[in-house]
Amino acid sequence: MTPVAEAVTVERNYLNQGEGILSWLFTLDHKRIAILYLVSVTMFFFLGGLFALLMRLELLTPRAWLFNPGDYNKMFSMHGIIMVWFFLIPSIPTTLGNFFIPMMIGAKDLAFPKLNLLSWYIFMFGGAVTVFALVRGGVDTGWTFYTPLSTTYLNTYVTATATGVFIAGFSSILTGLNFIATIHRMRAPGMTWFRLPMFIWTHYATSLVLVLATPVLAVTLLMMGVERIFHVGIFDPALGGDPVLFQHMFWFYSHPAVYIMVLPGMAVISEIIPTFSRKPLFGYDFVAYASMAIAVIGFLVWGHHMFVAGLSIYSAMAFSFLSYLVAVPSAIKVFNWSATLYKGSISWDTPMLYAIGFLGLFTIGGMTGLFLAALGIDVHVTDTYFVIAHFHYIMVGGTVMAFLGGIHYFWPKITGRLYPEGLARLSALIVFVGFNLTFFPQFVLGYLGMPRRYAAYPTEFQMLNVLSTAGASILGVGYIFPLCYLLWSWKYGKKAGPNPWRGTGLEWTTASPPPRDNFEVSPIVEGPPYDFGRMREELHLG
Amino acid sequence: MAEPLALILREQFHAPEQQRETATLGMWIFISTEIMLFGGLFLAFSVYRMYYPQAFIAGSADMNIALGATNTAVLICSSFTMALGVHSAEVGGRKLLNLFLALTMILGAVFLGIKFTEYYLHYLDHRVPGPGFLFPSADPPKAEMFFLLYFIMTGLHALHMFVGEGILFSMILRNRAGSFSAEYHTPVVLAGLYWHFVDVIWVFLFAIFYIEGLHLHKW
Repeated sequence: MTPVAEAVTVERNYLNQGEGILSWLFTLDHKRIAILYLVSVTMFFFLGGLFALLMRLELLTPRAWLFNPGDYNKMFSMHGIIMVWFFLIPSIPTTLGNFFIPMMIGAKDLAFPKLNLLSWYIFMFGGAVTVFALVRGGVDTGWTFYTPLSTTYLNTYVTATATGVFIAGFSSILTGLNFIATIHRMRAPGMTWFRLPMFIWTHYATSLVLVLATPVLAVTLLMMGVERIFHVGIFDPALGGDPVLFQHMFWFYSHPAVYIMVLPGMAVISEIIPTFSRKPLFGYDFVAYASMAIAVIGFLVWGHHMFVAGLSIYSAMAFSFLSYLVAVPSAIKVFNWSATLYKGSISWDTPMLYAIGFLGLFTIGGMTGLFLAALGIDVHVTDTYFVIAHFHYIMVGGTVMAFLGGIHYFWPKITGRLYPEGLARLSALIVFVGFNLTFFPQFVLGYLGMPRRYAAYPTEFQMLNVLSTAGASILGVGYIFPLCYLLWSWKYGKKAGPNPWRGTGLEWTTASPPPRDNFEVSPIVEGPPYDFGRMREELHLG
Repeated sequence: MAEPLALILREQFHAPEQQRETATLGMWIFISTEIMLFGGLFLAFSVYRMYYPQAFIAGSADMNIALGATNTAVLICSSFTMALGVHSAEVGGRKLLNLFLALTMILGAVFLGIKFTEYYLHYLDHRVPGPGFLFPSADPPKAEMFFLLYFIMTGLHALHMFVGEGILFSMILRNRAGSFSAEYHTPVVLAGLYWHFVDVIWVFLFAIFYIEGLHLHKW
């Protein structure tokens, strides 16, 4: 090991090949584009987080004390829009996916490097338009842009914000297209479909949803924009339109979008858990099929967002049934991850802490999703904090935990450096505690009937709201810690070596940070993924 | 135009065949996203067609079937010349390829010319949705919905035609610079796929906007 590691330090890698800002802005290297995306989505994450913090501050007291109700509407709208379209959707695919899909399948790059760079520029352009709308005065429709509120009644920057989202959608489509083509055609010799790491399978499912759902959002926003700009009726009932059609079309995208957000989280967890349990992923085939099943069934459940919007009882029952059904493949995954842990040789490094956190929180989020799929309970908790808590357990407890876990897991490969382990474990713990303290009280609040999207609330809800705000401030600290020590470690961290976690994937067989072409010699794959047994033998033999 | 005659194998690929198949797959994925994009509009059309059948049929009867049918014929011919162009590229006939690409472009331009003539006639007839909209029927707002969807859907299609014209033009330039050969002509094949896709969309648009009210047409 040692001679290799020493040779690596003097070799050129993707980070030092090309100097200056232009070598980054015009790069076609998927690894550098991943870094560009990482910087961008991190900025958007903290921007969206700032809005969340302001909302929680407002909700400290029953009376609106910080903002007037109109400004509060803008806070939650901008929080939702930025977090959904500029953080959660691109978060894992464009950073870790971009970096590791080619490496895990043994390719030099994605299939279309120019499209990859273009997608980042489109994303940044969409982000710039959205931030422009935000700076000019923001938008207060909620992230859902429901008509006719958005098209007829509001005087805020609806069109500009929707344009930003519309533009960013094309970057999603290009990313998904690139991933699908890459996974189909760029695999190294011997890398058959059932030798792919689960990270790849799950990103494949994500990409299918990206390319098939995003255009529908684009066309929905287009029609909304036409109605708003030209004052003609498409969705406005006063002009013969049907606002429920907007909801159908919006959720036809936005429910699958939930899987765009959480499937990549599952991708990361499926890598971390085998590595830190030293065992192959249990039930590999089932986990792969479950990813595809989630992508397919996920397209058929959008109606559960509309149980109180006037669906017929029969279609509501069908959507309810399908919503239960989509929980099955998610449950298969949770059981298989748990079975992977069973009798594993588990080590509690930081990525594993996040993965275990994901398992618990995603399970709670998923189970409360079943409550919401039940027609009777859904009517009771619709538009309450119960719904907020439910999807934050999936989005933050699931995706953000997985994102942080993945960043820590792959950090040594991306930068060639190790982060301070003790501090990282401590902040994983802070994130977990802060998260639960923020969102668990919201389940109770929602069940007791506190509606979402109000700046004021009855005094009896104050205790739980104060707990939630306290949790949010702890969570904020938990997010700032990794930002600081990861940046620090990029320069001052200990050298990582090619394979600090003793992982089995192709990405661990090359130097850290990897060379421009990822591998010195094009790899040939001869066995299944997660082959820890063989790795043990090889180590034993020397 | 510094590209040499021979095929360029980009560095992420290991074989020309892999490069070609990847590019073709990418185009098909792109076309599937386009189908979903237009699909949303077809869905909206179907919903309102179901809500307001009378107004939609009256709107359709108001279309200029002669111009619409001519345009359909023009586009189908352009698909034919495009297919011949792709065939010429496959056998390495550079002059023929030039000819067929140019013919396809001309037919595309004829289509757009007729389309915008139609738009102008609609404008003269006050069929453009908005405050000035006029329609001789019992329920103008519902006919307005028909025309609104008509303008959005055919407008989006026309936008795709403009993009297609641009692509064809760049193909002609690259062909003149000698970029294509019997071994390497993937961009022409992809341009062809795109062009055929846009044509097929038009066939559906023609069916839903023009044919439906045919029996009410005043010849």
